[in-house]
Amino acid sequence: MTSFFNGLVRFRRGAWEMLASILIALGVVMLMQPFVMVAFTYSFIVTLVGTVMFIIVSHFPE
Amino acid sequence: MTHAPMEKIARATPAPVARRIKGLSDRAIAWIFVAPSIFLLLAVNIFPLIWTIRLSFTNYRVNRPNRDVEWVGLRNYERILTDDGIWATMQATAHFLIWTIVLQVIIGFALAYLINKKFKGNDLWTTVIVLPMMLSPAVVGNFWTFLYQPQIGLFNYVIAFFTGADPASFSMIGDVNLAPWAIVIADTWMWTPFVMLICLAGLRSIPDSIYEAAECDRASKWRQFWTITIPMALPFLMLAVLFRGIENFKMFDLVVQLTGGGPGNTTTLTSIDLKREAFERWRTGYSSAYAVILFVTVFGLASIYVKALNKVKER
Repeated sequence: MTSFFNGLVRFRRGAWEMLASILIALGVVMLMQPFVMVAFTYSFIVTLVGTVMFIIVSHFPE
Repeated sequence: MTHAPMEKIARATPAPVARRIKGLSDRAIAWIFVAPSIFLLLAVNIFPLIWTIRLSFTNYRVNRPNRDVEWVGLRNYERILTDDGIWATMQATAHFLIWTIVLQVIIGFALAYLINKKFKGNDLWTTVIVLPMMLSPAVVGNFWTFLYQPQIGLFNYVIAFFTGADPASFSMIGDVNLAPWAIVIADTWMWTPFVMLICLAGLRSIPDSIYEAAECDRASKWRQFWTITIPMALPFLMLAVLFRGIENFKMFDLVVQLTGGGPGNTTTLTSIDLKREAFERWRTGYSSAYAVILFVTVFGLASIYVKALNKVKER
């Protein structure tokens, strides 16, 4: 966990890609879950932020 | 001697062309060769994507080309993401996606595992199993409609044989609870062979020497399966899940032919709903926003999946 936060602070690809992946997965789950309408409403923005973040951070140093 | 064909080609180049390209660098020549592909890619993929994103912020209707197009900002996105009907469509798609992938991976891998064992008629069985994949989705949808017929359908008689129920007492494509399963079964029947082929390629890539070494170490078959077969076939399994996941997220033809999205909207998947918005209700701007949402979702999922696949391959 510490190495993950260190990676975020030092702008390392692995940690940021992990964060972006979590956001994308969370967005997809929010989009397709049958429980809370509000989660569905905000699903796209979460997925979009995750996807754009993923494209950007994949150019960070390893 | 090895350059002879190149020299022959150079000699065959018409003099005016040869004069024109004589002063070009290798890089420029490479660009000349690549340019048509790049142009085609921009024209066929990138331009429509940018145009769709632009349209998603407008109220454009393609059936009213002379009407003024208004810039509506994020209103289309807002309407889609607060629509109960679209939310239900997403849930239907999730049900279809999850169950088809789970069933296709389990059955496909099991079939590949069996086919990988050397036995008489192995090739014949491979061909027979692969047949459904070669059929057109429209044809598959059409004959599964007959198989699901309550009065004459073979499927109902098979279920009746095992459960003792009356074959005419249930309708797979007419019942709101059964219809989502009807499309899952038909898609699984059609596309399990595809997963099987990918898994078979994975299983055949595992060298026998690894199993022989495991035998020397007295590893049980069960242990060999979990510590050799599964880890080494995992990249192939993940590839199959990626392909089927993307394809099933966009599933259209088979379901339209089989249920037409009904009964009610229980089997209306996102692509069917999108087609209705775009080409039946003619709400082009709205459906563009819908398409952008689906595109971002598939793109995001594919990105993390490809990353996971690369990690597994690196191991």
